[in-house]
Amino acid sequence: MSESTPAQQRRSLIIVLCSTVLIAMAQALIKSGTGDLAAGSSLVDTAIGILTTPKLFAGYALYGVVTGMMVLALRHAELSLIYPVIALSYVWVSVLSVVMFHEEMNPFKLAGVVVIISGVAILGKGQQRT
Amino acid sequence: MITPLSSMLWVIGGSFIGSIGAAGLKAGAKRLTHENLIHSAITNWRLAAGVLAYLISSVFFVFGLRHGELSVLYPLVSLGYLFTLLWSRMFFGEPFTRAKFFGVGLILVGVTLLGIGSGR
Repeated sequence: MSESTPAQQRRSLIIVLCSTVLIAMAQALIKSGTGDLAAGSSLVDTAIGILTTPKLFAGYALYGVVTGMMVLALRHAELSLIYPVIALSYVWVSVLSVVMFHEEMNPFKLAGVVVIISGVAILGKGQQRT
Repeated sequence: MITPLSSMLWVIGGSFIGSIGAAGLKAGAKRLTHENLIHSAITNWRLAAGVLAYLISSVFFVFGLRHGELSVLYPLVSLGYLFTLLWSRMFFGEPFTRAKFFGVGLILVGVTLLGIGSGR
């Protein structure tokens, strides 16, 4: 890791933070696209369904993009700092569930969101010190 | 509602395989060359193995999360972060630090709270 500059490490962190937003968007697309799939269909039907349902296709394609971003981020940052930051996607998923799918926010969810953000913040600070 | 043991095992297996996938991506990412980024990515078996492990882990999660309580299953999903701390030290010499354990510990607690709040 010694060959990575602080600027490169900071860029890695920013790439991962962006990718957590995309993960949440991918999950929202997949969730709203799954309703278009016939329930209990076979593995082959499901695969065809993913390829022919725009929302599902877009959702899984986003996962592909995210994987590429992760690889770029990992070039210049510690795996042990970058990987747990992905948990931030839980936060965006909770926000999207409330905004898009009108699920209710409750004290447990809210506390979970706050605690996850603090955990990610601690990892982000740890990143700067290495 | 009781969480079936099979669901827990699927999810634990998924987090384990996913963490191996993350290590594969890291091992592959270290070997990318700047001049030949695309070529060094396509011909990189470590990256391919990492992606494959990710795909397998997502199938495990789909099976595991079908039944059972999210307050039990969500924390098991995030076990992957702990496994990853271990692989990072074993394979890449990344040190254990207090910040890492504290950060991951908070994330585990937060994810558990989300699972409780999500009901089921």
